[in-house]
This record gives sequence, structure tokens and C-alpha cells, in this order.
Amino acid sequence: MTSAAEHIDPAVRAEALASLLIERGLVDQATMDNFIKTYEQSVGPMNGAKVVARAWTDPGYRERLLADGTAAIAELGFKGPQGEHIVVLENTPEVHNVVVCTLCSCYPWPVLGLPPSWYKDPSYRSRIVREPRTVLAEFGLELGDDVAIQVVDSSSEVRYMVLPMRPAGTEGSSEEELAALVTRDAMVGVAEAVAP
Amino acid sequence: MTGPGGHADPAYLLDSAGPAAPPRDNGELVFAAPWESRAFGLALALNDVGAIEWEAFRQALIREIGDWEAAHPSGEGWSYYECWLRALERTASAKGLVDPRALDERAALLAARPAGHDHADHDHPGHDHAGHDREGHRQHDHEHDMHNGNSRHP
Repeated sequence: MTSAAEHIDPAVRAEALASLLIERGLVDQATMDNFIKTYEQSVGPMNGAKVVARAWTDPGYRERLLADGTAAIAELGFKGPQGEHIVVLENTPEVHNVVVCTLCSCYPWPVLGLPPSWYKDPSYRSRIVREPRTVLAEFGLELGDDVAIQVVDSSSEVRYMVLPMRPAGTEGSSEEELAALVTRDAMVGVAEAVAP
Repeated sequence: MTGPGGHADPAYLLDSAGPAAPPRDNGELVFAAPWESRAFGLALALNDVGAIEWEAFRQALIREIGDWEAAHPSGEGWSYYECWLRALERTASAKGLVDPRALDERAALLAARPAGHDHADHDHPGHDHAGHDREGHRQHDHEHDMHNGNSRHP
């Protein structure tokens, strides 16, 4: 469509598309609103934080999580669209993982919700591949030269999530306290888990 | 890798401390405007009933993003959800769910609403999109239909 409609305000185009599809009975407002509300309010990084905290406290769960992310995540009740083929990569003192989707915005929705705007930004998507150390430093994450950075490209076949390292000084923390240290950025790999 | 969009001054780094800074916590608004959430909800609802295939939509989204990046090397004016909406329009058209001409006509009609018409979906970040104003829109739409005396329904 290279018509004049492309120059019309996207708000109006979205309304036009919705009105035609609703009139044909293909979608209804309640279903749309339900999806919107779900991803605005219910599905978000707090899910992934629980997964990480469980992996930190339960070695058997950690093993299952690294072996089959989608299945282990479903154990905690988190599933749904964009939850297929989740692969969890573990950060170590030697290797730091960071996730990007170079082509669009593939992201593990059930554990992280919808991606933040910077994740979809053309500059992040190209620069994190070319100069990961610089970009991570801009996020405030300075990694030593002895730490290798592995940039992984999510797609519909594989959606990555990072298992950050458990912060020092958390030996006595409960699973719930640990979950509070896990941010979305840590699970994308542009940050580390927060020290208590 | 030197993909498109490899500009040196990414917008998200220009203001590293102000309100435009990349979020450092989990508190970012999911949608910047109500029309973005509408475009999102439409895609998920169509996928949910099997009217579109998600992979076809994703491929259309990849094309839209790639085309936009090729045409805008500076990265200025980027809107992820505009790409999303165009990809959805193309996917829905390709599946025969909407007639592109009917879509253009409807959009033009809605755009031509008299000034002062309260566009519920116009750039009110944080606006509650779940409520009364959508009902109002639908009523207005029907009024337009009656005034024009013809049907644009496919």
C-alpha cells in the first residue's frame, strides 16, 4: 500500500483497521482489550525474576531450566504467546550473555512481558552486535577485559533469556528476596542482578 | 555486522539521565499511545482466532522494519508500532481480511472528521483506552455511515 493512507496519522489508520475488522466480526473489542490489559498489567519481568530466583535456590530446577527453558518456565505457570523455544543462557565469571533481536523484536513474553522501546530501537539492534562492550558500558555495565561477551540473536526459533549471576552476600536470602534483585535488564543481559 | 540503522548518535543515548533515557528499571509504560495498544491488541486477537499466522505477520514486520531503516539511515522519526501497524495492514490484506481500498477510504473518512472531534486515540499517553471514548467513536462512525448513505463494508 503506497497510498495516501500511509501518510495518515497511525492513530486513525489503527482505528480504521480495527473498525473494519470488528464490523466483519473477525475480532471484538473485549478480546483486544483483554490482550492489552494482560500485557500492560499481568505479564512482565516479575515472572522471569521468579524463574531466576528459583534457579538460584534449586540446583535441580536450574539444570532443567538450562536444558529446556520453555518446559522449566511452564513449571512455574508461565506460558503463552512468544513462549515457545525459550533458551536460557547462564552468565558466569568468564562469559556474559546479552540478547538482541537484530531483525525485529523477538522476546520471551511469558517471562519478560513486552520488550522495552530501546530493545526495538534500530541503534541497539545494530550496535550491540558491533560494539557490545561499548553499548553495555553506556547502560552502566562495565565488564572486565577478562569477561567474554556473547551476543545472542533471538528469533522465532529461539528466544533467549539470561540467567544472571547470583549477587554475593545473598546466601541467607529467601527466594522472594532474591527475586527482588532481578531486573528485566539483567535478564536481557544489559545489567547484572542488583546487589542487596 | 553493519546492519542498517548503524548511526552513531542513537536517540536513546542522547539524554542519558532525563525522561528520554532508557529505562533502568521495570517501570516503563508498555504502550506510548492508545493507538499502539490498539494495533497490538488487533494483531493478537487476529492471531488468537487463526485469522492470521504469527510467522507471516513477523515476516511482514521484519520487512517493514528493514524498509524503514533503509530509508532512514539517521534513525530519526523511528516508531516501532508504525512498522507494526503497516505489517498488520499488509498481513490482513494478504489474507483477504480487509480490502486495502476500503481501509484507505475508512481512514480518510475518519481523518476528515470535523476539527474538534475528540479523537480518543490521539496521542494521549497514559490515557485509559478501555472505556467510554471507544463507545463514542463507534457511535460517531455509525453517524458518518448514515450521512454518507453508502456502505464501505467489505
